[in-house]
This record gives sequence, C-alpha cells and structure tokens, in this order.
Amino acid sequence: MNDLSHTGIISPLTFEAVSVSHRGQPLLHPLDLRLSGCRRTLVMGPNGAGKSLLLRLAHGLLPPSGGRIRWEGSTPRQAMVFQRPVLLRRSALANLTYALAVNGTPRRQRQALAMEALDHFGLASLARRPARVLSGGEQQRLALARAWLLRPQVLFLDEPTAALDPAAIKAVEAAVLDFHRRGTRIVMTSHDLHQARRLADEVILLNGGRLVEQSDAATFFREPRSDEGRAFLRGERVW
Amino acid sequence: MMPTSDSAFITALHLVLDLDPTLLAIVALSLQVSLAAVLIAALVGLPLGAALALWRFPGRGLVIVVLNALMGLPPVVAGLAVYLLLSRAGPLGQFGLLFTPGAMVIAQVVLILPIIAALTRQQIEELHGEYAEQLASLGLSRPRRIPTLLWDARFGLLTVILAGFGRASAEVGAVMMVGGNIDGVTRVMTTAIVLETGKGNLALALGLGLVLLVLVTLINGAAHLLGETARRRLG
Repeated sequence: MNDLSHTGIISPLTFEAVSVSHRGQPLLHPLDLRLSGCRRTLVMGPNGAGKSLLLRLAHGLLPPSGGRIRWEGSTPRQAMVFQRPVLLRRSALANLTYALAVNGTPRRQRQALAMEALDHFGLASLARRPARVLSGGEQQRLALARAWLLRPQVLFLDEPTAALDPAAIKAVEAAVLDFHRRGTRIVMTSHDLHQARRLADEVILLNGGRLVEQSDAATFFREPRSDEGRAFLRGERVW
Repeated sequence: MMPTSDSAFITALHLVLDLDPTLLAIVALSLQVSLAAVLIAALVGLPLGAALALWRFPGRGLVIVVLNALMGLPPVVAGLAVYLLLSRAGPLGQFGLLFTPGAMVIAQVVLILPIIAALTRQQIEELHGEYAEQLASLGLSRPRRIPTLLWDARFGLLTVILAGFGRASAEVGAVMMVGGNIDGVTRVMTTAIVLETGKGNLALALGLGLVLLVLVTLINGAAHLLGETARRRLG
C-alpha cells in the first residue's frame, strides 16, 4: 500500500530567475533551477548560503521577491521536516491523527494508520506520551512518521539531523531512503559531506545566496565542475 | 484588638460555617453573575483574540493598543457606560435591564472581555510563531488554524479565563452602579460588603469578605496548578 510509483511521474519543479531580498538586502540572487524525477537531491553549502531559503521557496512557505516558481504539471503532495521538529502539545499519536484529519482521512481510519506509522518508526511504545517530552531523536522520528502518513510525492528536509546524536542520525537517514524507495522525491539540505555521500544522487551547491553548481552526486564527489565545489570538498573556506 | 470587631469576626465565622441563608443567597448570585460574564467573555474573547493574532490588517496595531488599554478600564467607567446604555433614555433602555442581574453580567463582560481577548491574542501569537511553518506545510488555512492554536494553548488560556473570573468576582464599582445593590435581587458579595460595613454590620461584611478571599485564593491556586501541569505534561 505504500508504493507511490504507480501514481506516475512527479511534476518537475522549476525556478526561473528566482530571487529573495529582505529590506533591500539580497539573500538569494536570481537563480534558475530544475528539480525533476524521483531523485535524492542534497542542497549543500556553508551556513547562510541560502539552503533553507531555497527549500522554503520550493515548498511554497515563502513567496519569492522576484522570478517564478512553478510545478510543470499538477502540484504534487508535499511534506516538510524541519531542523527542529514542530510538534503539537498533544500525545505522539494525536500528532499523527491530527495530520490525517487535516488531509481529510476519514475518522475511523486515522487511529489504525497512525499506529502503523508509529510502529514503522519504532515509536509504538511512546504513542500516549506527550510529543514534546520525547527526546530529540524521537521527536524527529515522529515528525518523519507524520510526513510518512501524508504520503508525499516530494519530501523536503531542512537539516533534519543537525541537532541529533549518531544513532538518531542513522535512523533519520534510513527513513529518508525508505521514503525514496516508496517513490518520494527527496530534497534535503545538509552541510555534512559524509551525509551527502551516503544519501545524494544529485547535489546542489549554494554559496552566498548564489547557485554554484547542480551535478550528479557521482560527478560532484569525483570532480566538481566549479572551483568553489572543489574547495568545499576539501573543507576549505573560500567564502 | 477592639472587642466589637473581635466578636464580629466570631459571628462572621458562624455565618459562614452555619451556611447562613442570607449569606448563601448573596454568594450564589455573585457566582451566577460572574460565571455568566466569564462564559460570555470567553466565547467572544477567545476567537476574537486568536483572529487578531493571525490576521494582519491596517489599524491592527491601534486595535491591540486599545484592547491592552481597556484591560485597565476603571470599573466605575465601565459601570457608567453600561448605565447610560441601559437607562430608560439610553439606546438599550427598552429592554428594562437596568438594576437586574442581566445588567451586572453585561457590565462584567465589558470589564473582562478586553482582558481575555488581549491575553489570548498574546498567547496565540506566540504559539503561532512557533507553529506557522508546520501548519502552512500541512496546508492549513488561517481560519482552520484557530481551533488548533486554541486547543494547544489550552492551559495558558484557562489561566487567562481564571484571571477574568477573578477580576469579575472581586469588582464592585460597575455592578453597584448598574445593579443598584437591591436586597435579594442584585446584591452580590462586593456590594454587600460595602453596604454592611457602612451600616456597621461587620459580621456579615467580614463573613462575605472571608468567602471572597477563599474564592480568590482558590482561583489563584487553580491557575498555579494549571501552569505546573502544563509545564510537566506538555514541555
């Protein structure tokens, strides 16, 4: 039931000369970008490069100051997982049934679906626990379980492992691959090169609000096309 | 200590502990009026405060400033305004509400509605700052966010409602003016205390004062417990 591949191609997302500025200060310089297929795209770059901004624009949380963002075709179902999970002041289970209620799932199906998702993410024993007293790793898994229930065709993740310990990071990365196997396009920000090597099949490198390059992961990690890419891989600060 | 007030205190205790019917009737009316006022003010103030927290419109800042200022509205001014509205010649005079418990409820609503609406606005705005992106990501429109936010702020909002009830039940000026302190009809605890003290009937005044004090303490205790529970259970 979890296979989304039969739903066909996920609409490509195009950025056309998209820019963002705040109080006259450019945060993102005009950039063109196309996200297509069922890829695992890692958006990389140093702090302040505009990674989170790019994700929020793509997900529609933020309007661009200039340019155009559009889905080529029908708008796909989307979900987003944030660096600090935003959980409601309710039980873990109620957080999931809430998301189901919002997307219109009939009441009598919600409980069973939510329990299934909790189980899938190893949280079944914590179902009745208030979500906000869970550990950081458990909270992020709960946020992933919530996204899982929404059956997104595109999943955005904004530094989902930045505040987690190694075991929790591993769980999140496994979940990301799980989503992808189910047919979900992954768009995730990270500043961790090792994580990108483990997860990415495509890399977008940003620096100072500019798009530096968009390459296949294999190409990027073997020989980046830009000087900044090479420096980034060597861990140098050229910014 | 003066012997008269000493014996008055003993008599007062007797009145309270023997459940004196006069005293009970006054306490019951006080509770009815204040509970009705709180109910109405909460039904209007909670959604109003939440809506004000979520929508941006021209003049919003002014509305918030006025609302905050009204939190400190002097009860006699509220009383005067309601008096003018309800008096025979006033716009609402035809309903004959002046010097009835209904008029007292209206006066108390005028007093505590700004408190409930303004504090709700603050709490919901803060919570929405935290939730906004997640709720937007889930595709929730602004009107649909209100029930979610009100429910998730429930402990804080209960404290707000208790604060409103405390203000309503302890207030004297407004209910005196629009109720008239009529024996058996519009006499509540605070107005009775004023009257009985003036007449020198310290026992009844003290007895009512005790009940009022206990009530206010209970309300504050409940508010404190709610805050603690929320911290412990919801993080």
